[in-house]
Amino acid sequence: MTGTSDARPVSRRGLLTGGALAAGGALAGAATVTAARPDTPGVRPAEAAPVAQVGSAVEPFHGPRQAGVATEPQAHAAFVAFTLRSGTDRAALGRMLRLLSDDAARLTQGRPALADTEPELGLLPARLTVTFGFGPGLYRAAGRDDRRPDSVVDLPPFRVDRLQSRWSGGDLLLQICADDPLTVVHAQRVLVKDSRPFATVRWVQQGFRRAAGAEPGRTQRNLFGQLDGTANPKPGVPLDTAVWVPDGPDWLRESTTLVVRRISMNLETWDLLGRADREVAVGRRVGTGAPLTGTGEHDEPDFAALGPDGLTVIPDFSHLTRAHVTDDRLRILRRPYNYDGVPTADGTADSGLVFASYQADIARQFLPIQRRLAERDLLNEWTTPIGSAVFAIPPGCPPGGWIGRQLLG
Amino acid sequence: MPSTRRLPHRAALLTAAILALAAAGCGSSADPSPGTNAPSTTASASASAAAGVLGIRDPWVKAADTGMTAAFGTLVNDGDADVTLTAASTEVSPMELHEMAMEDGKMVMRAKPGGIVIKARSAHALEPGGDHLMLMNLAQPVKAGDEVAFTLTFADGRTQTFTAVAKPFTGAQESYAPGHGQPMPGTSATPGMSMSPAA
Repeated sequence: MTGTSDARPVSRRGLLTGGALAAGGALAGAATVTAARPDTPGVRPAEAAPVAQVGSAVEPFHGPRQAGVATEPQAHAAFVAFTLRSGTDRAALGRMLRLLSDDAARLTQGRPALADTEPELGLLPARLTVTFGFGPGLYRAAGRDDRRPDSVVDLPPFRVDRLQSRWSGGDLLLQICADDPLTVVHAQRVLVKDSRPFATVRWVQQGFRRAAGAEPGRTQRNLFGQLDGTANPKPGVPLDTAVWVPDGPDWLRESTTLVVRRISMNLETWDLLGRADREVAVGRRVGTGAPLTGTGEHDEPDFAALGPDGLTVIPDFSHLTRAHVTDDRLRILRRPYNYDGVPTADGTADSGLVFASYQADIARQFLPIQRRLAERDLLNEWTTPIGSAVFAIPPGCPPGGWIGRQLLG
Repeated sequence: MPSTRRLPHRAALLTAAILALAAAGCGSSADPSPGTNAPSTTASASASAAAGVLGIRDPWVKAADTGMTAAFGTLVNDGDADVTLTAASTEVSPMELHEMAMEDGKMVMRAKPGGIVIKARSAHALEPGGDHLMLMNLAQPVKAGDEVAFTLTFADGRTQTFTAVAKPFTGAQESYAPGHGQPMPGTSATPGMSMSPAA
């Protein structure tokens, strides 16, 4: 289906979806879906991008801050972490980052990379962004450990961790995001090829969200069916306050930090829970994302409200309670992607979340939340961190510049 | 949050690329397969080199530690007269102007007789499998990400300099013996076969 003129299949699907939700008992959820689509049922929402424009849409590459952080999350992502080769010193890092920055500058704007062997794959950027992250090892290799942001160190171990080295660490990260999976894969191929003289691939985590335009403006859902990212700081001052370093030397100003955690989600044991138990574990309604004390996704939770049994409506062990912060300086920007591997022969899922959290300071923002979650979040019963990595996200670069110049130059 | 903008219509880009390719084909009569030029570099919108005899778009050189390598890019002649490139030079290696051509049913690489002619109002692609600037014997490694300076000399005596970035690139296997007329190793000469992944 390519246009808005043939609305009938959408209409049928809309009816089916509404029916299915109602049959499942989630009347509130069905009501919300309707409310979010003020148009005639079955007509594409006005804000959805026409299909032909998805491929040609462009996000800027150059600027004081890197793209791919505050950028409205694209549908597909590959997080590619590298280990620097032993001879990769400051000068070599400069050569590598010039090459990779040039690749990113071209591909994000819908132009093939220099010496691109598949140039036709570079013509549809689909909002491609390439975001560079520097792990602790890069600062050491560059002889610039004194310029490493203090909080960019391996996270302390948490009781719930079952970390695997195959998903952990990394000297350099490239977060590659676009609304088209072929665009992501081509960019990854180009960037990996240009990295080979300098680094080896340590791990790659691919993830996805809803297709571009499928649910414009909606919070994404994870594979537990939950809305994920409701508490994100709003674009503008709240997001800027939470994410970007406002001052300091030029290799820190307009930078941020990224924590990547691979969270395995046990769909088999989650299946054993009824809907009410799932909602108690999270503290929110599955359908609307509303706190158990409210009706809308963005209603403020009332942690003091008591139920008829005399207990708080939102339990102290709920994910919402443990993760809740109100000060923008303490918030984190969640920008997660779902992953879904191949099930085992008996159908056991390999599913989870590539959890990506941006914040100005990991120690000030991420760690307190993570400590509270690790200590007492009922969701830990069904989720297991199996990978962990931390990166500084250095400032952006102007046209003709390259990412990392302020650090290495 | 940065605003999103949209590309010009893709058909326009493709049309421009096809026109550029047609022009490049006319300007390289010795090119055995003008229709196989990669559309990539000619479609690119990157800035040309500073004012000179020619515009030089997207120059790059294949990284190599020793021996031979080659430099590529698109030469753009915006003028009303043909321009003939007669020599190229760099500090890191002696150089020759090379072409790929059909000899006795085989694709071979050889020095280009009479230099490279860039027709008026046209672009001429230097690319793997086609005309290229050959570095014959590196005096020092050209490492990935290095910027290498080149000087072009034209038939009328004018010169022009440009800088090319070194890319890791496994195609363009120019590591053959310097005896001209020999097939490139690894490309055992199926007639008409394209000589590189980009061609």
